[in-house]
Amino acid sequence: MRAGKALRGVAVALTGALALTACGGGGEAADSGPAKLRMTVWSANEAHLKLFNEIADEYRKSHPDVAEIKFDPLPFDTYTTTLTTQIAGGNAPDLAWVFENSAPDFVASGALLPLDDTLKKAEGYQYEDISPATLKLWQNDGKLYAYPFSTSPFGVFVNTDMVKKAGQKTPAELIAAGQWTWDNALTTAAATAANSGKAGLVIRDFDYKGWDNLSTFWTGWGAQAWSEDGKTCGFNSPEMVEAMTALHEATFTQKALPGPGTTADFFAGDSAMTITQISRASLLKDGGFGWDLVPLPAGPKGDYAVVGQAGLGVMKKSPHAKQAADFLAFFTNPTNSAKLAQFFPAPRQSQLTAETLAKTNPKLKPEQLQKVVIDGITNGVVKPNHSGQAELSQQVRAGLDPLWQPNADVKAVLDGVCAKIQPLLAK
Amino acid sequence: MTQTDTRVGSASAGPAPGPARPFWTSRRRDQLTGFVFIAPQLLGSVVFVILPLILVFWYSLHEWNVLAGTFDFVGTENYQGLADDPNLGAVLRATGLFSIGLVVFNLGLALLLAVLLNQRLRGTIVFRTLFFSPVVVSLVAWTIVWGFLLQDNGGINGLLDTIGVDGPNWLRGEGTAMVSVIVVQVFKNVGLNMVLFLAALQGVPADLYEAAEVDGASRMRQFWRITVPLISPTILLTSIITVVGSLQVFAQIAVLTQGGPGTSTTVLVYYLYQQAFQFHHFGYGATLSILLFVIVLALTVLQWQMRKRWVFHES
Repeated sequence: MRAGKALRGVAVALTGALALTACGGGGEAADSGPAKLRMTVWSANEAHLKLFNEIADEYRKSHPDVAEIKFDPLPFDTYTTTLTTQIAGGNAPDLAWVFENSAPDFVASGALLPLDDTLKKAEGYQYEDISPATLKLWQNDGKLYAYPFSTSPFGVFVNTDMVKKAGQKTPAELIAAGQWTWDNALTTAAATAANSGKAGLVIRDFDYKGWDNLSTFWTGWGAQAWSEDGKTCGFNSPEMVEAMTALHEATFTQKALPGPGTTADFFAGDSAMTITQISRASLLKDGGFGWDLVPLPAGPKGDYAVVGQAGLGVMKKSPHAKQAADFLAFFTNPTNSAKLAQFFPAPRQSQLTAETLAKTNPKLKPEQLQKVVIDGITNGVVKPNHSGQAELSQQVRAGLDPLWQPNADVKAVLDGVCAKIQPLLAK
Repeated sequence: MTQTDTRVGSASAGPAPGPARPFWTSRRRDQLTGFVFIAPQLLGSVVFVILPLILVFWYSLHEWNVLAGTFDFVGTENYQGLADDPNLGAVLRATGLFSIGLVVFNLGLALLLAVLLNQRLRGTIVFRTLFFSPVVVSLVAWTIVWGFLLQDNGGINGLLDTIGVDGPNWLRGEGTAMVSVIVVQVFKNVGLNMVLFLAALQGVPADLYEAAEVDGASRMRQFWRITVPLISPTILLTSIITVVGSLQVFAQIAVLTQGGPGTSTTVLVYYLYQQAFQFHHFGYGATLSILLFVIVLALTVLQWQMRKRWVFHES
């Protein structure tokens, strides 16, 4: 009988455990008590996180309704995938950084909370100070769904030691002589590569896969991945064919760019030049090598600039969406925006002066800031973005793969890319 | 004791009225004890295998937009999508090529190594350890190192260069990329099959070989007529493990080629991951995983049925 009682106890415990397992997960946090906010970011840089935490601590001093603000760094390479998986798993953050290439999907999906009212009503926010050009990507039907906390132009970092050693004119000298064109840039890169035995020009994060980074090249030819309305493929346009032919020759004939399957990190001294965003200046080591930052070379269509953007949005389904939006307004107010600008160029016009930027970018000279950052943000074309970008991106990558062979037929490959993506664009 | 109790319980189970019987008869107690013992395993299977299987099937009948938070029933639309998918043919071809390449190369090499290391020679223990050690290495670390070695200016081509051979760009050519992924996977896991084969070989009675030798059978004839039939259960086991494993390959593809160049190494699991987690087509991703489940099930059943023809004995 005693054994029976014991067994009954075990049975009840097991039933309870099963019931708990079945009920666990899926339920949303109750919207009571002080809020705990979580923001997903793709930077695990200690200096970045330190600044974010300082701003968050200051906010919490005057907002007892927010108990905790946690910055959750997700891996850069798989950021959007991880974020959407968290959302699918019922573990969405309250606030999230969003890449420009997934902006159309996030903005149009209704996953984000409109921010206009909160930002415009926030005390001392100066909403009208934000450059309208930087907001375009993050708006839908006249409403703003994410704040463009980083608008970072692409520039060319140059290892001046390596270029001089190869007996080449530095890009600064070419700029002074009005000769900073792609032709000359590629010639310099090829000559330096031949002299040093290292790589010439590296388009960072391209690696023959991340093709959207090639927009820093083809925009100089006036080419576009797709039309403004996103409906027509631009890969087989005459401008794109010309640009890609130039790139193909530079890679396989001139050897100005390292070929596929070759890694070269500019910041480790492996290449003469690299195209990347200004925020990468933090990777330069003091006393490493002589370097310079210059604007992108002029293409056949003249001067141009390309910017990468990152937005910050509030998840609409967050049980603490209101507090999260309020914190976003604080995080991006004029004072904090100026602090964040040392890492992430701000969209506020009043802060886009070489003088202001110089205070927080000690590694860059006022002239570099003016030419690359300010002019870039004002005139820059945003990297390609489209709804359903991940699928498009994969199709373009697969379609472009045959181009990265020495004997590729550029026009035929680009026609093939359009054949693959046109049905997706037309959707 | 238990048997006696059960019989007593059965004997009194007739319709005749009698005094109220206690609920906890010894039969019920035994049954409950049994359930309590298997409960942890049962709970794990239900929560981590059966429930997800049912859920995946349920998801495959829906269009699930994670960002918009919509979950709409679409019936068999996703299954019809399988037939209309222009990429699926190439994906299944890549999956088939990978599986065939892996199974043939892995089992062939594992058996060869096992036969060689089954000899009574000095240093065989060192070689056994050497070939088995990749099995315990982290898969991703192993693949990343191979990724460096297989680069155009990587270690493999550097080695080939020293003997005057201009090596291909392994991970960028359509044919070489698939071969590279297969070889990386074979070297990772060949040690496991080798050990299984070795154990089986050591179970083959030596007197059979002696008798065959007396009868004048050559070494090759002994291998085909004695060794292979006697280790056939192990060949069946390793082939099932390797086939199922080959259909689940993911990390190597994700690290080395991301399915490229083109779609030449986009195997089914990687395609499923792309559809669900990168393109946010969770419903279609679930449909692809049902397809994978059906393929794995069919192949396993087929191998199990075929064992009657070629497995010599089952212990």
